Amino acid sequence: MSAQSTPSTLTRRHFVVGAGAAAGGLALGFHVPTLAQSGAGSVLTEPEVNAWVVVRPDDTCVLRVARAEMGQGTHTGLAQLVAEELECDWDKVIVQTVTPAQNLARQRIWRDMSTGGSRGIRGSQDYMRLGGAAARLLLLQAAAAQWGVAVGELRVNRGVIEHISTGRSLRYGQVAAAAGKLPAPDPKSILLKHPKDWTIAGKPMYRVDTAVKVNGQVQYGIDAQVPGMHYAAVMACPVFGGNLVSFDAAAISARRGIKAVVRVDEVSVAVVADSWWRAKRAIEDLPIVWDEGAAAAVSSADIALRLQTGLDAKVDVFADTNIGDAAQAIVTASRKVEAVYGTPFVAHACLEPMNCTARITADRAEVWVSTQNAEAALAVLASVSGLALDQCEAHNPPLGGGFGRRGGQQDYVRQAALIAKQFPGLPIKLIWSREEDMTQDFYRPIGWCKLEAGLSDKGELSGLRLRVSGQSINAFSSPHNIQNGRDRRQLQGYYAEAGDAQLGYTVPNLMIEYAMRNTHVPVGAWRGVNTNQNGIYLECFMDEVARAAGRDPLEFRRALMAKHPKHLAVLDAAAKKAGWDRPLPAGVFRGVAQFMGYGSYTAGVAEVSVQGDSVKVHRIVLATNCGHPLNPDQIAAQVEGSVAYALDSLQSESSVLNGRIAEKNFDTYPIARMSQMPKVETVIAPSYDFWGGVGEPTICVVAPCIMNAISAARGKPVRQLPLQKEGLRIV
Amino acid sequence: MFSLNVNGRDHAVDVEPEMPLLWVIREQLGLTGTKFGCGIAQCGACTVHLNGQPVRSCSYPVSAAQGQKVLTIEGLSATSSHPVQMAWKALDVPQCGYCQSGQILAAAALLAEKPKPTDAEIDDAMTNICRCGTYGRIRAAIHLAAGNGSGPASVIHIAGIGPEKACTASERDTGAQA
Repeated sequence: MSAQSTPSTLTRRHFVVGAGAAAGGLALGFHVPTLAQSGAGSVLTEPEVNAWVVVRPDDTCVLRVARAEMGQGTHTGLAQLVAEELECDWDKVIVQTVTPAQNLARQRIWRDMSTGGSRGIRGSQDYMRLGGAAARLLLLQAAAAQWGVAVGELRVNRGVIEHISTGRSLRYGQVAAAAGKLPAPDPKSILLKHPKDWTIAGKPMYRVDTAVKVNGQVQYGIDAQVPGMHYAAVMACPVFGGNLVSFDAAAISARRGIKAVVRVDEVSVAVVADSWWRAKRAIEDLPIVWDEGAAAAVSSADIALRLQTGLDAKVDVFADTNIGDAAQAIVTASRKVEAVYGTPFVAHACLEPMNCTARITADRAEVWVSTQNAEAALAVLASVSGLALDQCEAHNPPLGGGFGRRGGQQDYVRQAALIAKQFPGLPIKLIWSREEDMTQDFYRPIGWCKLEAGLSDKGELSGLRLRVSGQSINAFSSPHNIQNGRDRRQLQGYYAEAGDAQLGYTVPNLMIEYAMRNTHVPVGAWRGVNTNQNGIYLECFMDEVARAAGRDPLEFRRALMAKHPKHLAVLDAAAKKAGWDRPLPAGVFRGVAQFMGYGSYTAGVAEVSVQGDSVKVHRIVLATNCGHPLNPDQIAAQVEGSVAYALDSLQSESSVLNGRIAEKNFDTYPIARMSQMPKVETVIAPSYDFWGGVGEPTICVVAPCIMNAISAARGKPVRQLPLQKEGLRIV
Repeated sequence: MFSLNVNGRDHAVDVEPEMPLLWVIREQLGLTGTKFGCGIAQCGACTVHLNGQPVRSCSYPVSAAQGQKVLTIEGLSATSSHPVQMAWKALDVPQCGYCQSGQILAAAALLAEKPKPTDAEIDDAMTNICRCGTYGRIRAAIHLAAGNGSGPASVIHIAGIGPEKACTASERDTGAQA
């Protein structure tokens, strides 16, 4: 085989699928849907079969998706689901992104556009499968009417309808126009396929967006080209909570290409120029007076002290779980184990820096923006421009990374609109410098955690107390979610109830508490919050307790998981594939972890060696049960990506110095590189009885299983992140 | 005024000598496949070839590129048929895709210099950042493009309900070579 072959002959993946949803031992090859490409920037004028499906006369199937594509593969997965029910030719599928104005104009027929919380597939699969199935029914009805026969006399294969008894056939493209004129079928009359009958969904189909991502043709928000466009560089007060007092525009306004220097809002200033580089260089030299405010006196050490007081405080704390008497059980235990863990603020560092292009006139406002929530972007635009929603549009191309940064907060959209409003009719492309991106983020919340365990004389866990002290995302961005002072979100993964993020252990005396201790630093969702931090706290501590009990960390966990068979099955799957019982080369140590988040069960086993201060992660085996695995190859891609993102949660920190973030670019903020990546093996262990998330759940076990392996290697636990605080670095 | 040859076409641009090549390419020439990531030559999203050598164009002044041959992702091949692009498609490397122009050009330069790179040579040459974590597939795709045979892009085991039959790396290799 040579790489010069055409893609369709490169049968790169031959999966042997277990005897679950698919036939046992069946080798399947797949080829590229060559027509598939991004359809961003669409205008919905084409005749459609229904809202989800357009079939062109040449049989191209345009499938419409409202969720954002930021690399997580949601567009491909949702297209698989629609195509499965539609029974079209996968090679003729194109995905088209709808815009929020189009969605609003049709009473949100495409539903929620917000893309986060690993909900892209599991939150849309039901209505999108129905959309595909309804379109198929309409196409069959149109063919039946043309032939004057009953629908029951027809069958369809890859977009070709056949009248069984006469052998006559019609292609979807030939009947789509007639189908689009028929009344929509009653959704209750539609029977969806059983997943065991899937031929497109559940299979490792190629992504629909790869072709345009290898030749530079894909257009992200930062690539928007609007005629007459100018560029803006922005700077906000580096200390959160501070304000912009004044700036000396005259110092730079005579420079080449500079159009204007403008106040954006209370906290930020922008330079508008005919080139972004000119604008950025000018704003770096712009004399600015800030009122940094009280927070300018705050640094990381002050924040650490505040969080530490929350670990033992009697006030401003709530118990989410209180079973038996954990305190008494620990006091009376044969052996007591206690530890305090800490996780820092970390930045998203999407490789495409925050940006937004805006144009506002007296009666029309538009933005071009990579966003996880285009409807929120539209709402911000309407609010800033003062125009009605139906006078606004938010064009929503693919994202150069999201990870939660481009979700709820559309701060960069607001800035771009505030600037553009000052230049009616002039398109303004606002781009943040990397330094602005790293220092004006909504960081993963900082947290500390104190854990205490009691062991019986037989080495059994008799009591466990766990208290998180740290910052709350809800308090910063959505206080309405905090009821009676109980902010459960920060305890994600420790919940008693089943379904989304359930604790996988049964402990006879158990107390789980959260002490909210906020700081002046903005916080937000960061791929996998808060399961990342919570997985580290509990799963690293479980190893400490197992070691104190003289037990194998895997067996110690298993003994506590009998009432949580799904958690246990995934843990067992990871341990089995990792070869937990097999000997390792000299100097290599294993660590294990399991956790649940975003509706899916995950577990991992890492193999690590430590020499001096250097940590080498050799291999990591990660198992997941996401219920219905929709595309094994893309699940693996997300698991592999979770390893890279979790490596950063081990080695990166956004520290606070004099009220501002100290790490401004990748020279001081380490990002995982190729040489640090271990060999990753993905174990998909599906139970086919629920729909769970994929993009985030795995991250929360990667860091703790690596930390546990490090602890095993050096004979003492790793408790403080980043690893540099423990005198360690990943090589 | 600076003259540049970009993807085989001559251009003259009237800009400051210190304007980075990245912004000349993106804003003056309108070629947006080359990306801005960090501005300090750390991430490699802006990688282009200068006379065949990979350079980080965000930190390379246009004056230093005067009269030289610049290659961007748009010029690598007319039909995405460069062996590196073929391998990237075969293994479905990109996720968000933002870093991939730079990754592909870095890989193409590596293979031009070392047609059969070792893993260590790949580690040394491929220092570009990918926030989505496509590193494993990038490595496999470089080996594929080099004709080293295709190691598995991803090792995936399916452990479903009922008797398990894993897809092992060797089985996948056999399939890929068939």
